Amino acid sequence: MKIAVASGKGGTGKTTVATSLALSLAMGEPDQPVPPPPAFLDCDVEGPNAHLFLAPIFERRQDVAIQIPRVDAAKCTACGRCAEVCQYHAIVVLGKRTLVFSQLCHGCGSCTLVCPEGAISEEPHAIGALEAGPAVRGIPFARGVLNVGEPMATPAIRQLKQWAISASGAQGSVVILDVPPGTSCPVVEAVRGADYLLLVTEPTPFGLHDLRLAAEVAVELGIPAGVIINRDGIGDAGVDAFCAAAGLPVLLRIPFERAIAEGIAQGRTLVDIHPEYASRFSTLYQQIVGQVISLSRAGG
Amino acid sequence: MKVIVTATAPELEAEVDPRFGRGAYFVVVDTDTLKWQAHQNQGVNAAGGAGSQAAQFAAQQGVEAVISGDFGPNAYIALAAAEIKMYLLGPSKTVWEAVASFTAGKLEQVHAPTGTGHHGGREA
Repeated sequence: MKIAVASGKGGTGKTTVATSLALSLAMGEPDQPVPPPPAFLDCDVEGPNAHLFLAPIFERRQDVAIQIPRVDAAKCTACGRCAEVCQYHAIVVLGKRTLVFSQLCHGCGSCTLVCPEGAISEEPHAIGALEAGPAVRGIPFARGVLNVGEPMATPAIRQLKQWAISASGAQGSVVILDVPPGTSCPVVEAVRGADYLLLVTEPTPFGLHDLRLAAEVAVELGIPAGVIINRDGIGDAGVDAFCAAAGLPVLLRIPFERAIAEGIAQGRTLVDIHPEYASRFSTLYQQIVGQVISLSRAGG
Repeated sequence: MKVIVTATAPELEAEVDPRFGRGAYFVVVDTDTLKWQAHQNQGVNAAGGAGSQAAQFAAQQGVEAVISGDFGPNAYIALAAAEIKMYLLGPSKTVWEAVASFTAGKLEQVHAPTGTGHHGGREA
């Protein structure tokens, strides 16, 4: 069961929710044997912050690289086939010279494939790193970190997901993904393949605007979704009205409370600040499972 | 020789467009015959690579110079590689004025990117 925690608007509380959901699952139910902990993937490679709350000890590391084309000028005939096929204008033919713009390159390899002279070779260009290791309560933790100045998060996120499933050594079958803010390529890459999308929002016009976009992403990708309203009590009823109209269940409300803000600022998790949230997140998880099962029955 | 002036509309009397990579139209003008043709810029809404795409278009048109208001880092590198000279519009308001000022030698040539670029690239 892969649960992606996303938002649309940044700063709504994705990491707050994701870390506490993971912790409450790792803690298990009272009077029940402790289940294997869920794996945690911090996919916000441009600004990972979940490590501040889950304190992982990194034991495994891997570079993230994309393949950038290199043109052998001696073999290049300036035919322009590579430039024609490149969707990103990262390789251009100007007169007799073929130029590569590595920061525009998405590493798809098309130019290398179509070159009729075999003049293009690929070399790896490091864009970041992947790290994994155990965190608190034995939660297998993995994250990606993009190098400063690199413009493309998506390849790092893709490689993180491929690598982390094997490197994290997770025995349990639940994976919590802390997704980057926004609704563009990095978010779609992080969310793709998830079984459920938890959308964290705040009840304000800004929160609503971006929640609508995030809900559209969920529909486009065919992933069932539910909403958590953080900072409940500020703003207006717009988000509630939207969720009701869109058929999005509001699974949890976290009130706007100074004690929570102070605790988060100190690096404490929500379940640490208010221990009653552990059972609230357990219940939330059961609701998610129920929703996913009933949808798969309805669809199947 | 042929030059390109970036314009907001496909006319010689059109107002110039200060952006190169994302200018609305490229007006190709032969300064010897004064024949001209306007081309819509396909890269206007590109997520990235507008500058490199525009430079490639200029090279394909066989122009010797481009006249615009702003050349980002990708456009600059590409145009320089194609040995196409870059000139700033200065006070020119229409395409026709820009061509006239260019022919009279009144336009300033640039030798470095004039801007930091937008989507798709880092600072040069």
